[in-house]
Amino acid sequence: MAEGSPPHVAVVGAGPAGLAAALAAAARGVRVSLIDSAGEAGGQFYRQPAAALGARRPQVLHHQWRTWERLRVGLAAHVAEGRVTHLTDHHVWFVEGQSDGFTVHALLGPEQERPVAVGADAVLLATGGYEKVLPFPGWTLPGVVTAGGAQAMLKGGLVLPGRTVVVAGTGPLLMPVAAGLAAAGAEVAALVEAADPRTLARHARALAVHPAKLAEGARYAAELARRRVRVHVRHTVVAAHGSERVEAVTVAALDGNGRVRPGSERRIACDTLAVGHGMLPHTDLAEALGCRLDGTGVAVDEEQRTDVPGVWAAGETTGIGGAVLSLAEGRIAGLSIAARLNSRTPDARSYEAAAKARRALREFFAVLDTVYAPPAHWTEQVADDTVVCRCEEVPASAIRQAAGELGAGDVRTVKLLTRAGMGWCQGRMCGPAVAGLAGCEFQPSRRPFARPVPLGVLARAGDTDSADETNDMDDTDHQ
Amino acid sequence: MRSPLELVVARPGPAFTVTFDDREITVLPGQTIAAALWAAGITSWRTTRGSGEPRGVFCGIGVCFDCLVTVNGRANQRACLVRAEAGDVIRTQEGTGHRGQRQQHG
Repeated sequence: MAEGSPPHVAVVGAGPAGLAAALAAAARGVRVSLIDSAGEAGGQFYRQPAAALGARRPQVLHHQWRTWERLRVGLAAHVAEGRVTHLTDHHVWFVEGQSDGFTVHALLGPEQERPVAVGADAVLLATGGYEKVLPFPGWTLPGVVTAGGAQAMLKGGLVLPGRTVVVAGTGPLLMPVAAGLAAAGAEVAALVEAADPRTLARHARALAVHPAKLAEGARYAAELARRRVRVHVRHTVVAAHGSERVEAVTVAALDGNGRVRPGSERRIACDTLAVGHGMLPHTDLAEALGCRLDGTGVAVDEEQRTDVPGVWAAGETTGIGGAVLSLAEGRIAGLSIAARLNSRTPDARSYEAAAKARRALREFFAVLDTVYAPPAHWTEQVADDTVVCRCEEVPASAIRQAAGELGAGDVRTVKLLTRAGMGWCQGRMCGPAVAGLAGCEFQPSRRPFARPVPLGVLARAGDTDSADETNDMDDTDHQ
Repeated sequence: MRSPLELVVARPGPAFTVTFDDREITVLPGQTIAAALWAAGITSWRTTRGSGEPRGVFCGIGVCFDCLVTVNGRANQRACLVRAEAGDVIRTQEGTGHRGQRQQHG
């Protein structure tokens, strides 16, 4: 850090966690570079329509809008005062640890080829999560989209994937997605939930402390009932049908063991299937920095510090738990960063309320995790010719062969034997499916870079001239 | 029928056109290529390099790379991330898209 200048943190991700952290740190004298791939702040949860679309009531697609307004106004004030620099359209591919700080490497703009490097004393990773989808016959057909993806396209682009939608899978995201699509004019033919939310009652104690969360669920349920959306619990999608795009899906009831009940199959005509089986944290940047993981999320201490000095993590990247938990974690991280960068220990009382919310929400989401699980025997619905790795077009038979005849005991060996996970998405889509089909544990695969990087950019990234702090390489030649 | 634009009471800027496989489509400013194609009723704009299967948006947030498309001669653009610009020439990407690129560049 330069003599006399305020400490500088790079916050990667401008969703609830990153925004809460940026505001808390900036209010306490830290210079913040808020780096995000989107054109507007908000992340996936508060994804905004492009300004040019002129939405006068974007709040109808959202919940907790007042919280968003508070974050947006706070961000604008800090930006105006020069305490926060909001770098939009910056796609971060690598965070480089150095002896005296960090360099955040990003690619700029829609083509993601122009490099930018931001130097900072500390880094907060608030990179969020992405949706997990388990395969079934027909899941690669156009018109089959992730539930979160359908919601993102609606919130950001004000478009619907089709007219008649089935929303299916498992998890608390499905209800708001179905309600949102219905409100925007789609006919939601069915909501198909593999879990039985009634089993939530068994966890009454953990749930009772969250009346707001329960009320939110009840509101969605009432909204779906009002729009006459059929809700099938303990049901699953067995297959999507069509040639050029989805034309129908087959759903079936699940028995007490999570197996499809023979004879319960029924076909529902639709032109869209929005499907999801929960979420996974984005951990690429953390892993490349050498941060320890705890399960599938980045491990953090009470102050949201990772085990790598100078690196904090907050929000879905530390474990899936929703926007309110992300806000609490982000605030704690921001307070911790402000204290630690000034060689102080943060006053625990300053984040007591946030820490209490964090503890309760983590407990709440642990319960949701046990209730909203994919059908126990989902692999039985995956036919041998079902594509599992969408990028490399690897069928289930190849993965079964790798795990069976060829004896592969982990996802990495399956990948080497079948190419599943070697394509464009680097196994983000197929990882959990490959693990499930191969009968091994799912572990996030270590990827050197968080997104594709042109070789020319890589070749010049080691150039010492271009790694100075906050050096924007925009004006350099980049052929 | 109700639409998302009506729901949020949108007053978009002036629409413009792009072409998709030589067909003219109307786009609202600010929309990504994926949103523009969906609005035009198009859900598939890529064929896989192995079995030539059609693909379009899957994850919708830039993670899955299923929505790759060729824009103004550049292959492998994620339609869900790239904003549409007036006059864009968008083409179905076949396989890796390299064959299309060679054709376009001579």
